[in-house]
Amino acid sequence: MAKINMVAAINQALAQEMERDGDVVVMGEDVGKDGGVFRVTEGLLDRFGPERVMDTPLSELALVGCGVGMAAYGLKPVVEIQFMAFAYEAIEQIYSHATRLRARSRGRFTCPLVVRTPYGIGIKGPELHSESSEALFCHMPGIKVVVPSTPYNAKGLLISAIRDAGPVVFLEPARLYRSIKSEVPEGPFTVPLGRAEVFQEGKSITVIAWGTMLHRAVEASEGFDCEIIDLMTLKPFDEETVLNSVKKTGRAVIVHEATRYCGLGAELAAFLAEEAIMHLKGPVKRVASPDAVVPMAALEDYYVPTAGRIRKAFEEAMKY
Amino acid sequence: MADEIIERFEVRYLQAVDESGNADPILIASVSDEEIKRSFESIILTRTFNQRALSLQREGRIGTYASVFGQEASQVGSALALEKDDWVFPSFRETGVFLTMGYPIWQMFRYWAGDERGMKIPPGLNILPMSVPVGTQIPHAAGAAWAMKIKGRRAAAVCYFGDGGSSRGDFHEGLNMAGVFNLPAVFICQNNQWAISVPRRSQSAAKTIAQRAFSYGFDGVQVDGNDAVGVYVATKAALEKAKNKGGPTLIECFTYRLDDHTTSDDASRYRSKEEVEEWKGREPLIRLRLLMRKMGLWTGEYEKAAIEKARALVDRAIEEEEAYPPPKPEDIILYTNAELTPRQFKELKEFGWRK
Ligand SMILES: Cc1ncc(C[n+]2csc(CCOP(=O)(O)OP(=O)(O)O)c2C)c(N)n1
Ligand SMILES: [Mg+2]
Repeated sequence: MAKINMVAAINQALAQEMERDGDVVVMGEDVGKDGGVFRVTEGLLDRFGPERVMDTPLSELALVGCGVGMAAYGLKPVVEIQFMAFAYEAIEQIYSHATRLRARSRGRFTCPLVVRTPYGIGIKGPELHSESSEALFCHMPGIKVVVPSTPYNAKGLLISAIRDAGPVVFLEPARLYRSIKSEVPEGPFTVPLGRAEVFQEGKSITVIAWGTMLHRAVEASEGFDCEIIDLMTLKPFDEETVLNSVKKTGRAVIVHEATRYCGLGAELAAFLAEEAIMHLKGPVKRVASPDAVVPMAALEDYYVPTAGRIRKAFEEAMKY
Repeated sequence: MADEIIERFEVRYLQAVDESGNADPILIASVSDEEIKRSFESIILTRTFNQRALSLQREGRIGTYASVFGQEASQVGSALALEKDDWVFPSFRETGVFLTMGYPIWQMFRYWAGDERGMKIPPGLNILPMSVPVGTQIPHAAGAAWAMKIKGRRAAAVCYFGDGGSSRGDFHEGLNMAGVFNLPAVFICQNNQWAISVPRRSQSAAKTIAQRAFSYGFDGVQVDGNDAVGVYVATKAALEKAKNKGGPTLIECFTYRLDDHTTSDDASRYRSKEEVEEWKGREPLIRLRLLMRKMGLWTGEYEKAAIEKARALVDRAIEEEEAYPPPKPEDIILYTNAELTPRQFKELKEFGWRK
């Protein structure tokens, strides 16, 4: 099996789904000739032509808004937003329409739309190129939110996202695009949405993480007996896998790049408080970013959880 | 060096039938007697529904309702030009469009009574649930038009919105996309002069809304929105152009909202009685009646029969609507996703909506 990076894996997923299903179209800024600013869509224009791979005006609201109309009409649009922060303009289209179309029409219309966007720190870009606002989307009923952590699951999850009957926000950790390689089957395959994976088995602490922070948690876990869960689908998250692990270890540490206040960690911690309190030996710990604006490159490594901060949380968890 | 005009645009104003019922012979030439009668009857039906909805609201039998009184010609005239494969993206003030397309009347009442099942669009009718966030449906129409183009269908997407909606970013981005990709879309702005209390001139410094199309590279036309025949002709031309790969059109229907914004509004706070009275004199049925009398299509009996028929339809729909079993609480959850999430499954039980 070939070892490839996440950019190549996502590219394969897009190409193979476009091959399989003529209704799948790709649209965004610079996704055609340029192959996307991260080259994720490279080669798709030549292969599938400008009717299915569309370089659009700089217009995020309409990218998603048109995506809703296309999806209602029967296409399966995959919209690329160049960087997560620029999806903010399209939030109304996602929140007020994409997520609600099925319910509002009581099932007559659906919205099989994928919004892909690179997210998180790690590319040393200008301001607003390092956001991790996944919790905004997780708060919305009627949507799925997915974050891959390896080339393998990036491909399998994206294929599942494209085949899903409803809207999916697919967040690609920019830092992982080219920094890791893994074995990825050449043909199409799926990794199911809504399922987490036990990335590393262990007995003492359940660690819940996704995307870039999964790898940082693994790095920090040396010397601890951690069971590390790669959440992968943030909404709806896999309650069963999380619960089973915490019942076994009795300790839980949640690590995410986003700010702690109302981050997804809050939902996970509340869930554990409701469902697993009798199994917990001590408080659930969240390692996350401060309630502050994402800094530019010079300070970003202080902002997001470091291996040191994660280790400290493990030490504290082990006091109980 | 240069200092010259490099682009000009001209905005057409269209009126097929004037307020005295005189028709422009060229504009009306393509319109059949049957189509004129259908406009008249559809306006009567819309008005009948509208009056009943307003009184049902006062009796507390439905919730807040947005009256279309005064705007019927814009809605009925344009909807009559639609073909079966066209898709419609309405705002919340589109009773005339829904009814002209043959939407089940009882479902309209159900929706306004606060039941989403009212917008479970029957198969074969291509109209989306009415959009409440103003203007946000504009890009959807562009997207559907785009899908029609990609799939090679001979059809167009038609979007309805108001003068207020034309100030939204959705208007700009939606029309811009439609222009860039030469999409088969028709954007119908009912300029009813008011967005709740905000007058038309406060939405844009441009003289017309129609002219804004030119900055997106396609035509805009202003039509007398109280002239059902003119609106019909303009919409039909725009639809044909769209289906012949001629791209989008913006149609500004110059009309007037004769009632309060909704049943929760009091328009006397911000506009004069005189203004309303003046526009009442231009309401769409008056000229249609005059025109049809000249054409030998109208008699008092004919109108009476049309009213009787509309009343019977609306009365029966209200009976049907009120006899319809109430929705089940579990519906709140059931339609959110294609499949229940484990959390939703738990919530169904937690709330006692399922065993
Ligand atoms: C985005 C948004 N902002 C505000 C409102 C509240 N609101 C409802 S209708 C309306 C005025 C709309 O005016 P216009 O677009 O001209 O349509 P009309 O009501 O005249 O048909 C406002 C402000 C809303 N529904 N959506
Ligand atoms: Mg208005």
